[in-house]
Amino acid sequence: MTSPIIEFQNVKKQFGELALFENFNFSVEEGEIVSIIGSSGSGKSTLLRILMTLEDIDGGVVRVKGEPLWHMSKGDRLVPADKKHLRKMRNHMGMVFQHFNLFPHMTARRNITEAPMRVKGKSRQEAEREAMDLLALVGLQDKADSYPAQLSGGQKQRVGIARALAMRPEILLLDEITSALDPELVDEVLDVIRNLAKEHSFTMLLVTHEMYFAREISDRVCFFDQGRILEEGPPDKIFVAPEKERTQAFLNAFISA
Amino acid sequence: MIELDWDWDFTWEVLPDLLNAAQITLLATLLGSLLAIGVGLALSLLRRSPSRWISWPVYWVVEFVRSTPLLVQIFFLYYVMPEFGVSLSPMTTGVLALGAHYGAYLSEVFRSGIDGVEKGQWEAARALNLSQFITYRDIVLPQALRAMIPATGNYIIAMFKETPQLSAITLLEMLQTAKILGSENFRYLEPFTLVGLLYLAFSIVAALGVHQIERRFPKEGFSLR
Repeated sequence: MTSPIIEFQNVKKQFGELALFENFNFSVEEGEIVSIIGSSGSGKSTLLRILMTLEDIDGGVVRVKGEPLWHMSKGDRLVPADKKHLRKMRNHMGMVFQHFNLFPHMTARRNITEAPMRVKGKSRQEAEREAMDLLALVGLQDKADSYPAQLSGGQKQRVGIARALAMRPEILLLDEITSALDPELVDEVLDVIRNLAKEHSFTMLLVTHEMYFAREISDRVCFFDQGRILEEGPPDKIFVAPEKERTQAFLNAFISA
Repeated sequence: MIELDWDWDFTWEVLPDLLNAAQITLLATLLGSLLAIGVGLALSLLRRSPSRWISWPVYWVVEFVRSTPLLVQIFFLYYVMPEFGVSLSPMTTGVLALGAHYGAYLSEVFRSGIDGVEKGQWEAARALNLSQFITYRDIVLPQALRAMIPATGNYIIAMFKETPQLSAITLLEMLQTAKILGSENFRYLEPFTLVGLLYLAFSIVAALGVHQIERRFPKEGFSLR
């Protein structure tokens, strides 16, 4: 059996006095699509943010592709990672944000080419060619020269997805990517993710409130509660026959909403 | 009633000298502004350093410069530095003093402009693995610039109005020139009135210029295609 692509081992994460994760363990296999559901404040987004190195950890080890993310090996012990190590590790991951976080002063195309040009040293020509391919993938070829302010929420998020894909990550982190969208714009974004899941072999970790989508797309669903994974399993089990009362109550609240 | 005894012949006589001196004033302001912008930017970035060994000294330097009068700084550079073997011309002294003094003020303007850029922009830059330098250059500063323009413009205009302080170290800027012309001719009304009017005219033009730049500046920042 291969080792997991993502592994949290006894991770501790505190916000001030408040401990969010304590002895937190979690792993994801390569190519797996994992949905994380749960009420807000349960640590779903923090999990993704730790992986994207936007939040550090207060204890334990996170491994990505077998290598410690927030640490590096020095002899046989682990020391806190330096900037160089973090930059190397970040290359494995791409993130799409709830509020898009597109660069407002750049066109859609430039949003996508910025990192490949500045980080990977690609020529403008090559980066733009790839950006056009990615824009085609998300159905926005004709919006290459538009600025974010000229795009709808759904279009912005599709550019956000294209921008993350431009760095060719192996792991895609999707943080409530449809939560800030009007209901009628949700599907166009989910369609893009559906296609990605079908045609590419990304490892995907998505925090979502779209239960039907999570059920349809995931290999595994994790229900988070107060910094713990209360229940996890194949979507059919979690959505049809959850074992824990908290999970049932949470899902019932969604169905009746 | 006091009669105003305005002498037009004398006015036309002194005007060319005052306009020449205005060039010195404008040059000192221009070079002082460029230096202040450079110093301000450098201080604001150093102030944001995660290392306290850098951010604290910078904080105190800024506080020190802001809390001491410009004239003291000018005198210090001009009269004290030669004792350490550094003798500077009045113009160089003036530019350095204005640049350092207003650089300290501008560093606060730049700092709040940078702080005004949304957290999500920094996070997106980090997620894309952009370096610190590229993040500032391509992402943060183009967006912060617009917020910085009005206050920066005000400080530059304030600096322009402080240039008469350089007369204290014999720089022949407008006010000093007017004083000399007055004492040579025993008439102060016209030279000083003209200096006041020239300051007013330049300040108004500069304020309009700043307003235009602000108005035309794209809301989202410098556009990058």
